[in-house]
Amino acid sequence: MDFLVSASDPDSTPDTPSGPEPGLPHLVVIGNGMAGCRAVEELIARDAGRYRVTIFGAEPRVNYNRIMLSPVLAGEKTFDDIVINDAAWYADNGIELVAGDPVAAIDRAAKTVTSRSGRSVRYDKLLIATGSDPFIIPVPGKELPGVISFRDMDDVDHMLAAADRGGSAVVIGGGLLGLEAAHGLSLRGMQVTVLHLMPTLMERQLDEAAAWLLKSALEARGQTVLTGADTAEILGDGKVEAVRLKDGRDIPADLVVMAVGIRPSVALAREAGLAVGRGIQVDDHMVTSDPDVLAVGECVEHDGQVYGLVAPLWDMCRALADGLVERPSGYRASVTSTKLKVAGLDVFSAGDFAGGEGCEDIVLRDASRGVYKRVVLKDDRVVGAVLYGDTADGGWYFDLMRRGEDISATRDLLIFGQAFASGGGQADPKAAVAALSDGAEICGCNGVNKGQVVSCIAKGAHSLDAVRSGCKASASCGSCTGLVETLLALTLGEDVEAGPKTMCKCTSFGHDDVRREIVAQGMRSIPEVMHKLHWSTPDGCSSCRPALNYYLLCAWPGDYEDDQQSRFVNERLHANIQKDGTYSVVPRMWGGITSPRELRAIADVVEKYDAPMVKVTGGQRLDIFGIKKEDLPAVWADLNAAGMVSGHAYGKALRTVKTCVGSEWCRFGTQDSTGLGVKLERGFWGSWMPHKFKMAVSGCPRNCAEATIKDFGVVCVDSGYELHVGGNGGIHVRATDLLTKVASEEEAIHVAAAFVQLYREEARYLERTAPWIERVGLQHIKDRVVEDVAGRDALAERFWYSQKFSQDDPWAERASGAAREQHAHMAHFQPLALEVAE
Amino acid sequence: MIGDWLDIGWLDQIPVRGSRTVTVSGGEEVAVFRTADNRVFALANRCPHKGGPLSQGIVHGHSVACPLHNWRIALATGEAQGEDKGCAPTIPVKVDAGRVLLCRTSTLKAAA
Ligand code: SRM
Ligand SMILES: Cc1cc2nc3c(=O)[nH]c(=O)nc-3n(C[C@H](O)[C@H](O)[C@H](O)COP(=O)(O)OP(=O)(O)OC[C@H]3O[C@@H](n4cnc5c(N)ncnc54)[C@H](O)[C@@H]3O)c2cc1C
Ligand code: SF4
Ligand code: FES
Repeated sequence: MDFLVSASDPDSTPDTPSGPEPGLPHLVVIGNGMAGCRAVEELIARDAGRYRVTIFGAEPRVNYNRIMLSPVLAGEKTFDDIVINDAAWYADNGIELVAGDPVAAIDRAAKTVTSRSGRSVRYDKLLIATGSDPFIIPVPGKELPGVISFRDMDDVDHMLAAADRGGSAVVIGGGLLGLEAAHGLSLRGMQVTVLHLMPTLMERQLDEAAAWLLKSALEARGQTVLTGADTAEILGDGKVEAVRLKDGRDIPADLVVMAVGIRPSVALAREAGLAVGRGIQVDDHMVTSDPDVLAVGECVEHDGQVYGLVAPLWDMCRALADGLVERPSGYRASVTSTKLKVAGLDVFSAGDFAGGEGCEDIVLRDASRGVYKRVVLKDDRVVGAVLYGDTADGGWYFDLMRRGEDISATRDLLIFGQAFASGGGQADPKAAVAALSDGAEICGCNGVNKGQVVSCIAKGAHSLDAVRSGCKASASCGSCTGLVETLLALTLGEDVEAGPKTMCKCTSFGHDDVRREIVAQGMRSIPEVMHKLHWSTPDGCSSCRPALNYYLLCAWPGDYEDDQQSRFVNERLHANIQKDGTYSVVPRMWGGITSPRELRAIADVVEKYDAPMVKVTGGQRLDIFGIKKEDLPAVWADLNAAGMVSGHAYGKALRTVKTCVGSEWCRFGTQDSTGLGVKLERGFWGSWMPHKFKMAVSGCPRNCAEATIKDFGVVCVDSGYELHVGGNGGIHVRATDLLTKVASEEEAIHVAAAFVQLYREEARYLERTAPWIERVGLQHIKDRVVEDVAGRDALAERFWYSQKFSQDDPWAERASGAAREQHAHMAHFQPLALEVAE
Repeated sequence: MIGDWLDIGWLDQIPVRGSRTVTVSGGEEVAVFRTADNRVFALANRCPHKGGPLSQGIVHGHSVACPLHNWRIALATGEAQGEDKGCAPTIPVKVDAGRVLLCRTSTLKAAA
């Protein structure tokens, strides 16, 4: 780079401050990046002869467009394509560029800056535009060769060289930068794994739904995306070889790119004694705490804000140049929008997509096209937007947002975009639907047009559900539900019948529809369901989330994504919350049988943790009350040590299997009821259900174990086992129905498995067996688990398959695991009182 | 208020759509919530209904469902939503460079 004045330039005069030319004050700029050069451009545009300008740049090159490094990496652009100001620009404007020689110190008293090579220059005005430093996570191995960041052209050169050698790359950080790096590396032929600490990608820009779509798209392109992945260490002997995660996994890597975030580059300013918070503090004119020192770009903090995108820089540079030529205008905080620059993946986000108090969401999900749009409104104004798949209207929403325009007039059509909302469509959506021709397509999934829907309604389909089964419109993804409802209203007026109850206000689907679609479409996670079935809220509510979690678990026991945060506290903590916020702990006592060792362990726990009460439950076991949340892991560990496991007294799961003493001791006993009870409990424990599930085995028809008010009850008789189902002792007592009679224990257990699986697959969440059987009829159950032998075997087989994944003791896992810290308080401030007024 | 923030730990220590607690004297607790969009809110860990520990509820959007009787509490204001009436005191909280900070003075002001 011979055109650059560099530290070794013989003409330069190290150690002798070169004073400004007579009459022309000297502006010295530290940082030859986007903001520094833009500020100079703005200044020249206003008054070219005002200052003599010297720019110091740490990078050995001219000013280029940093955001285009991603396309360079991806092979879509070359470095020459992204140069903003070439050597001629510096020459033409009389700007001295000192490149490859970073400024090492500022002396504000002497008004000089000194570079690393020792060059010292006097300034009249100093502009600091040092940008940001990539944040390097402080893990062992971070200095190994092959571990780099993604900030400048040198980093890109490193990546290109690594890609030439091939192999695998690990990108740490699933934000904008990390994903762009991953995209480039994978296009260049590397095996790429993205590690992201948070549960969802780009969580600062995207909500869960959009992030899920993005993750699926990246995976479809061959990248491996691991969320919730916490890096523990970078391994390698002399150069990087692998990344070790906190959970113990090792991921091979020939290259590691850290893209976990940036920090304003403030070291120089801080050493010079300027006011520095998160960034260099500046006023509205980009002036720091020293009136002769200005700062601009990512290194500054304005009004408490720091920025990591270019748009605010342009505004800052304008305000700065106005100030330098004494026509101060002043900078105002910027609202920003983001786009991901990955070819073929359109992602846009702007403003406050999170919503919050008083905010409303308008959500459009078009699963088949892979489009997701969410516009957040507050007081009839757009305050944020997240777009995935179709970002054409991003600019328009952003503009509405910045202008704070009242959108109440176009609200109904807003989500369909600018073409629709401003003129293209009609203002009244009902009129717009009425105006559609008969041939207009209503349901894209099933190819149903308006004429077909209307004739289906005319033939007697007077509810949404009837239309769905009549002509299939709105029966698949549901995105046209609104249109179908409008057609019902237009055709029938007042006569529309309310459909079946929807799961909750977040969806127009009922429980059964959702379950059917989960299976049909192979959905594996809650965000996926919410996206594909067009949930109207960003992350559901406390009634649909636990239900979805269960439906997924039941459909795909081996590989669904469990969401702990969608479980009720009792299932999350594996204990029962009490009215005072403490917990009760119930260990299993198989079939109600216990031993001195277990009793001793329980007694020890009661004493050790000061439990105020221990009680025999109505389910034949012991309940320890008043355990503090933070003591739970220790209590479990102690009970585990004595061989006891969680009793799921809290779960929508198998609770107890009550037994009586049976033939072993009782003079009336006909079979070994205790033994069968133990076998049932050992086989069925851990199984998650739509609601709690209780069993009992009585040794004779005297029925001391109360088997005829249980979900599944066995009454032993001389000739075998009567199997009873659908009993309930709760609010509405219901005695069981006799399902069938079998001759052996094996058959009893087999029928139990088939029955439980049918219940798991068909009952709605929070529906116990009693109301379920009343709803579907005993005959249906008999058909499925007694008459249809092959069907019964298949049900039982699915049950035992799912048990493979559920029979690990949650207590053991949690007493030892990383989740343990979640039970503890995060911090203590005992001297501080929170005497909140009642 | 500047300079009067109590550093309680890393944001990452709070599960997304979850909560952690901080004890203060007198047996009280502050529940610090983190929502799906990484916002952080702090409330007295006491439901306005019957004192349920809000930190243990299901967090959705910007509200939490109390684990005892399912009242829905807005995280930003502490107000019970819908038909229910009552309010849990809020405590100003912010995140700076990944650290979660609770406002000490306002905590005490809420006490007044
Ligand atoms: C501990 C226990 C009472 C006792 O001290 O004996 C108990 C305690 C509770 N029962 Fe029960 N039930 C207990 C046996 C029963 C029984 C008897 C039985 O299982 O043989 C019944 C009637 C049988 C039945 O379920 O059909 C029973 C019917 C209920 C009901 C009503 C269910 C219904 O379908 O109507 C509820 C409410 C609910 O689940 O929504 C309930 C709910 C509760 C809850 C979970 C209330 C709650 O949500 O906090 C109580 C939890 C206390 C705790 O923290 O442990 N409990 N509950 C019994 C625990 C048995 C065990 O070892 O696991
Ligand atoms: C790969 C990538 C993709 C991006 N994509 C986008 C995008 O799509 N949209 C968007 O809005 N933003 C994007 N950004 C962010 C954008 O590039 C920055 O916001 C912008 O570059 C900041 O400008 P700046 O001048 O403050 O800092 P920089 O452009 O980083 O310039 C600072 C310069 O100062 C130099 N310097 C530092 N210390 C010294 C010193 N002591 N002496 C001399 N020189 C020094 C540095 O070497 C650097 O050249 C992206 C960034 C990267 C890295
Ligand atoms: S009967 Fe009522 S009070 Fe008694 S344990 Fe059961 S739910 Fe609680
Ligand atoms: S204590 Fe919170 S809802 Fe009752």
